[in-house]
Amino acid sequence: MKRLKKFSLPAILSAVMIITAACSGGTSTDKTNQTGKNNASSAQGKELTGSLVISGSTALQPLVSAAGEEFMNQHPKVSIQVNGGGSGTGLSQVSQGAVQIGNSDVFAEEKNISGLTDHKVAVVGITAAVNPKVGIKDIKKADLIKVFTGKITNWKELGGPDQKITLVNRPESSGTRAIFDKLALDGAKPAEGITQDASNTVKKIIAETPGAIGYLAFSYLNDQSVTPLSIDGVAPTAENVQSGKFPVWAYEHMYTKGEPTELEKAFLDFMMSKEVQSTMVTKQGYLPMTKMQVERDAQGNVTTK
Amino acid sequence: MLDQTALAKEQLLKSKKVWTNGEVRGKIVVYACAYFMIFAAISIVIFLGFKGLQSFTKNGVSILEFLTGSTWKPADHSNPQYGAFPFIAGSLAVTLLSAFIAAPLGIGGAIFMTEIAPSWGKKLLQPVIELLVGIPSVVYGFIGLTVLVPFVRWTFGGLGFSLLSGMIVLSIMILPTITSIATDAFESLPNSLREGAYAVGATRWQTIRSVLIPAALPNLLTAVVLGMARAFGEALAVQMVIGNVKDLPHSLLDPSATLTTIITLSMGETTFGSSENNILWAMGLLLLLISFIFILLIRYLSSRRKIS
Repeated sequence: MKRLKKFSLPAILSAVMIITAACSGGTSTDKTNQTGKNNASSAQGKELTGSLVISGSTALQPLVSAAGEEFMNQHPKVSIQVNGGGSGTGLSQVSQGAVQIGNSDVFAEEKNISGLTDHKVAVVGITAAVNPKVGIKDIKKADLIKVFTGKITNWKELGGPDQKITLVNRPESSGTRAIFDKLALDGAKPAEGITQDASNTVKKIIAETPGAIGYLAFSYLNDQSVTPLSIDGVAPTAENVQSGKFPVWAYEHMYTKGEPTELEKAFLDFMMSKEVQSTMVTKQGYLPMTKMQVERDAQGNVTTK
Repeated sequence: MLDQTALAKEQLLKSKKVWTNGEVRGKIVVYACAYFMIFAAISIVIFLGFKGLQSFTKNGVSILEFLTGSTWKPADHSNPQYGAFPFIAGSLAVTLLSAFIAAPLGIGGAIFMTEIAPSWGKKLLQPVIELLVGIPSVVYGFIGLTVLVPFVRWTFGGLGFSLLSGMIVLSIMILPTITSIATDAFESLPNSLREGAYAVGATRWQTIRSVLIPAALPNLLTAVVLGMARAFGEALAVQMVIGNVKDLPHSLLDPSATLTTIITLSMGETTFGSSENNILWAMGLLLLLISFIFILLIRYLSSRRKIS
């Protein structure tokens, strides 16, 4: 007992120290990142070592996590940590140097951040989705704009049941919203509606609220709980996005600060490898970069490859 | 003289021994804890103040527009507008309304536990209250989204996402705070008050109504204000049921938004240092200031207790 008592004070002290260390976690990760970089660049050639910290877009997080697991299996001395936080967080942190790779749904230019190198790793298609009871499967783009700007407020005006329309929006600064507003609504400002940031919550709300309409990435449209809408008769399918017929899609970006280091480059190459692009990307509901027949720049100009 | 120095040296050695035995060491540890807490609190306040004021000093947002404007368009690059009044109103409305429901319930429960059925009542209610404290706010929000929102929609009409839903979720969340502090308030009343009332022929209800509640009132108010402070700062559960609409609500069934829900919704999507991000910090600062007002109110109420 006496021995225990003697030890209790140092124990408390060390606990306090651990807590303080944990509180200043931000800076300590910085340091480990730094060492990770050094290790990676010093190990010329054969075996990759070091650690990568990645943060940002929650939409891209599952794919990068899965790819990171696989990459670590192939290179046991590499450690890859993938965090969420949102596109804005990812872009801020990579430009501050707090993480090595920042995931984003939007071009860094749209958030006024420069000095980053863009690596597009996948494409995501987005379409409007309605509550199944609305019974509409196809909508004209002009009508879609009217619905979202509040000019049409009842589904009966579009041949549906006599049911008030409820809009489900994303937050003002959300990447998905920016893409949908720009490409599906031609830049029109949507009217006020319920706002949620997580895709799963948005889907749940659309599925449960009568007359609700919102927008979701294709990967969330895999069951019957919400009805995805065709726009101007073009169905929201991977093929239509790849051929450029369906206009509402966006790149998933992985940004590095300046040119990628050896380890970063190895991982980004892995993301673009056939292994990831043809299996993981499609399995998670994204569209592979390799099959895109059109491309778009930061200003939104679409060109055929 | 020489003897004295030798003695002093010995004492010095002795005092060194005392140091290892813990008296001073304990003091250092306790002081370190206290200073750490003070340091943490002050640095958070300074940081928040610094970041929160940046949108007014650097981005040129007018404080008047922020506090009274009702158009919220921070992402509009050509003409951004930062009117946070609907969120301030939403926060205050949902806080006051939930206190309005939770205060009578909590105080009633406290009277039940201390005056009506002190033995079995307390045994029954105490664990229930502890259980309510233990439920994480995400779970409250998820239950609210799955059960409460459809319930409100079918019973009262509207979308279901409403001030009413937010208010119900919050009132359940702050119920334990109010109940446990109110229970303490009644328990700390001297028994002579009860005996005196019974002696002049008061019934139990008369005793509670005219003697015990007035005597405990300052503490009961503290309980309510603490509950309100918690409701004011709650973000996650409210975000899931309130709808997060940027317009001023006109009825209980209208969806609304609060300061906290707008911060959690927009946080991850904005980049550090941008004006969209800075305005969120300003909202955080506003939350802190209003919490200070709650604390001052509690201070004032508890200082009144000492006089009575």
